[in-house]
Amino acid sequence: MLRKTVQIVTAVLTNSYYKGFLNGTIYKGKSKFFCVPGFNCYSCPGALGSCPIGAFQAVVNSAQYLISFYLLGFFLIVGTLLGRFVCGWLCPFGLFQEWIYKIPFKKIHLPHRYDFLKHSKYLFLLIFVFFIPAFISNDWGVGEPAFCKYICPAGTLESGIPLLYANESLRASAGALFNWKLAILLFVVVLSTKIYRFFCKYMCPLGAVYALFNKVSYYRIQVDRKICTECGNCINACKMDVIPYENPNSPECIRCGACKEACPAKALSMGFNIPIRKTNFKRF
Amino acid sequence: MKHRVFQFFLIFTGGVLLIAGIQRQEAFTVLTKAINICLECIGIG
Ligand code: SF4
Ligand code: SF4
Repeated sequence: MLRKTVQIVTAVLTNSYYKGFLNGTIYKGKSKFFCVPGFNCYSCPGALGSCPIGAFQAVVNSAQYLISFYLLGFFLIVGTLLGRFVCGWLCPFGLFQEWIYKIPFKKIHLPHRYDFLKHSKYLFLLIFVFFIPAFISNDWGVGEPAFCKYICPAGTLESGIPLLYANESLRASAGALFNWKLAILLFVVVLSTKIYRFFCKYMCPLGAVYALFNKVSYYRIQVDRKICTECGNCINACKMDVIPYENPNSPECIRCGACKEACPAKALSMGFNIPIRKTNFKRF
Repeated sequence: MKHRVFQFFLIFTGGVLLIAGIQRQEAFTVLTKAINICLECIGIG
């Protein structure tokens, strides 16, 4: 309940320029110097801040820069403090997928032998967010924000649809690319009804960045080995397919807390300032 | 203790990079992109 409240409040507060939705425009204030922690398109009519993945591409695809110190610094700070807590608590697109998952269609739980497929999100990060924008450029040295342009379903949902709906001149320019992006959004929505947070697990480059920090972040989970009975309740509760009592700081854990609530022995604790060594044992 | 030092190192490095990025005017590049409708994001550019 607390998590849902935080998710909704974050989504509403960071997208509260309501005039944009009415007029088909976007916010132009200085707060867009700063990035929000979650996946939130900066061309969403309500957005008050910038999307870190869009911002990273905007810097590396410009002619002046090959890499973005600004965004690397941002990722290091937010990642080290929170890791994928951002995904579980602060990301509007994560919240959207959780709502979609409530649609009562038959659910799919892929066995652990398919876990390797989750590495695909690192490929999206490397190829579409870094390599193409940084290294494939036109005659003026300007590249394309390839993830935003060809993949991002959040951009289509939060920006494309509302802006085209409210702004006739934009609507007139929509063509094959918009249809392609709409198809990707539909693909993600359909799979998200069956697989919990499909996009987060397999496609999100921002989730991939924060995943790299889960093992070292200040916010973490600890298992008390003395009282854990290995009953497996936490495994059943985890919709991200983590085995919490074995690998509580897995890159896939979004810190939703479902495992902690499900543990009858109260062996799991979650928060800041938990000693690192005690939590990481057994499998890596 | 080693981990605490590592965490501090990451945050410190992050801060240095962030400031370096601001000095290189990267934040302006971000702002300029963010206050104009991103045609790629909405699927028409
Ligand atoms: S994986 Fe991406 S979309 Fe999912 S919650 Fe994390 S940042 Fe948001
Ligand atoms: S249930 Fe536990 S292990 Fe699974 S994502 Fe949530 S907090 Fe992480």
